[in-house]
Amino acid sequence: MALTHDDHHDVHGVHEHEHEHHEQNFIQKYVFSEDHKMIAKQYLVTGIIWAFIGGLLSILFRLQLGFPDLKLDGLRWLLGNWINAEGKLETEFYLALVTMHGTIMVFFVLTAGLSGTFSNFLIPLQIGARDMASGFLNMLSFWFFLVAGLIMFASLFISTGPAAGGWVIYPPLSAIPTASNGSGMGMTLWLISMALFIVSQLMGGLNYITTIINLRTRGMSFSKLPLTIWSFFLTAVLGLLSFPVLLAAALLLIFDRSFGTSFYISEIYIGGEALPQQGGSAVLFQHLFWFLGHPEVYIVLLPALGITSEVIATNSRKPIFGYRAMIGSMLGITLLAFIVWAHHMFVSGMNPFLGSVFMFLTLIIAVPSAVKAFNYITTLWKGNIVFTPAMLFSIGLVSLFVAGGVTGIILGNAALDIQLHDTYFVVAHFHLVMGSASFFGLMAGVYHWFPKMYGRMMNDTLGYIHFWLSFIGVFCVFFPMHYIGIAGFPRRYYSFSTYDLTNSFADLNMFISIAAIVTFASQGLFAWNFFYSMFKGKKSVQNPWRSNTIEWTAPVVPGHGNWEGPIPAVYRWPYDYSKPGAVEDYIPQTVPFSSTPESNLPEETEQIALEKAIEELHVFQKEVSAKSGGH
Amino acid sequence: MEEAKPTFSFHPKKFMLWLTIAAITMSFAGWTSAYLVRRAEGNWLEFEIPMIFWYSTGVLLISSLFMHLSVRAAKKDQFGQLKTAISITFALGLVFLYLQVEGFYELVHQKLFLVGNPAVSFFDVLIFIHGLHIISGLIVLIFAFVAAWRMQIHAKKRDRIEMAAMYWHFLDALWLYLFIFLLNFR
Repeated sequence: MALTHDDHHDVHGVHEHEHEHHEQNFIQKYVFSEDHKMIAKQYLVTGIIWAFIGGLLSILFRLQLGFPDLKLDGLRWLLGNWINAEGKLETEFYLALVTMHGTIMVFFVLTAGLSGTFSNFLIPLQIGARDMASGFLNMLSFWFFLVAGLIMFASLFISTGPAAGGWVIYPPLSAIPTASNGSGMGMTLWLISMALFIVSQLMGGLNYITTIINLRTRGMSFSKLPLTIWSFFLTAVLGLLSFPVLLAAALLLIFDRSFGTSFYISEIYIGGEALPQQGGSAVLFQHLFWFLGHPEVYIVLLPALGITSEVIATNSRKPIFGYRAMIGSMLGITLLAFIVWAHHMFVSGMNPFLGSVFMFLTLIIAVPSAVKAFNYITTLWKGNIVFTPAMLFSIGLVSLFVAGGVTGIILGNAALDIQLHDTYFVVAHFHLVMGSASFFGLMAGVYHWFPKMYGRMMNDTLGYIHFWLSFIGVFCVFFPMHYIGIAGFPRRYYSFSTYDLTNSFADLNMFISIAAIVTFASQGLFAWNFFYSMFKGKKSVQNPWRSNTIEWTAPVVPGHGNWEGPIPAVYRWPYDYSKPGAVEDYIPQTVPFSSTPESNLPEETEQIALEKAIEELHVFQKEVSAKSGGH
Repeated sequence: MEEAKPTFSFHPKKFMLWLTIAAITMSFAGWTSAYLVRRAEGNWLEFEIPMIFWYSTGVLLISSLFMHLSVRAAKKDQFGQLKTAISITFALGLVFLYLQVEGFYELVHQKLFLVGNPAVSFFDVLIFIHGLHIISGLIVLIFAFVAAWRMQIHAKKRDRIEMAAMYWHFLDALWLYLFIFLLNFR
């Protein structure tokens, strides 16, 4: 081993010079950075800001739903004319709030904030690469995202308001600029922003896939990859194949809006006047939209599940249960994601036979999902559990994933869905299984990898309080919504104070709103903890969670190029926790089997013969790494 | 037992190009399947595709041939031929675009407008978007030409010309797909 290292040291030393003596000015380092770690932090901070904006919008409409008689004059400084003369929220602005809340949370927080942060941060560090395959493309990806965000943000402040047709932007509301206030300029800005966003996600995805496939360190075979990397890989594949279709759908919508074509519009009268367009099909848009829209659910969820796998295994001090089953179930989910989209359209008038096909395919998703849930639980079973905040959020994710997943089986049935479609039951379902679960995965990731990002620890006590308030809060917000949905409350309605039936649920709505406000306020604790710890937190040690993955072998705060010496080689899978016979309860991936004879299994002893060969791939690895543009 | 092998040896940038091609393919798969779904709903205008699109298809095919020749020239370090072949490819790309625009006006002469029956709208939008991609391909060719001019492309360093060729051949194949598709599903 040692000999082999020395052999290559000279060659490598030359290579290292590029990385260590490369002075960067402020702009190169913090603004137009091409370093994956800085880009990840840029994504994270932008995502957190977006999360607060998106959350605040939901609090505004929860005020309306929970307290229909409340005077909101006090908010006039912020909302201006969106508060009407009676001191209530303008009805059209209510729709805009719902739309923007959905758009921001789905795309800007849980897609960009989650994948953007952790794929960028963890892929090179966990597979053993100096950086992404193309740092430049990676930088462009962030800047496209930021500009997309700024345009979306600007649309909140125009006089006709932002897009208001729901985050799914179904035509004709989105296709005819005169259909409503939000269909005008707001919708145009939405489309421009989303087009830029898609380009950003595609550039990011190209990098993630290429880096994972091409730039793994020697010995890091696919069967030794941490599950985080598997999840980021499949997420990127999903995005790469489905976002272009949304772009295609949006382009046809733009033609309908601006050039008068009739892809989606047919025989519409506005104010008694017939529009010239005819022959279009609005359902066509729904098909194209949900061909992205459904994979999007897994784009949001898979990274959170990957992070959870890693955090739960580490903090249970046990190997992940069913490593290959976890990969298999993620592959299954990825594949199924593309062939279930029409379960969002059971009431669109589609052929019931087609509906039953989609119903069948949809219900199959329960299988890989259940495999994952059981594997998390069996990993925890009899584990030597360390309850870090990250671990709590991961366990919270499993709870939310199961609670929300069960109602998925109900909604996947066409017969039941027709009854529950577009009610609060659906809102409860997807906020638990996709919204909150992914959010908890994001939080678990931040608490777990904060030491690697900033070299400091976050405050545990604040983390615990943040977790319990969020966990109880989220269930208080979304659990009662199931009842409201079954009672027949449609989503996106401004007010429910007209009928006796709906009035009888006023208390429950008030309860939900109060819970939402408390949950939202408790995120302030996180923000404080995050930004305070960034500068003043306790200094972290190199491997604070005693974890196996190779990012913890890099310096506490990795510089440009991640490892100071040669990139370590990998000899074993990342889940050798509490291995019988081992000295410690964890064996990092970089420890060869030859140095752990006390704990090797028979088939692992055989692999010792391979170790020299793995080390000899060193020269080869540098060649590949050079091809990626000097990293 | 596993073998110790290098993790992967594919050129990362070329691999990215393949992924880009996959993404572009998905968007066209989206458009053409939307086309089929809409066509199945009826109220679909059938029209003859003007002869000029046959010519443009021929031009694009020939341009691919010259693109291929430029890669061959690079392999043999024939710099003069390399630059000529790239220039001809570029010129034929421009001719292709010109013919597509002419084809569009031919349809307009037959009173087949972008705005109207979705059959024509789809046709126009598809040639428009493919045209945009051809423009992106022309930009790639300009970069390849500049690299060739600066002697940065030679037998031992062919990544750039090979990637340009890969993209150009893809755009050619994409047009063939669209053209055959549009001929068959009128």
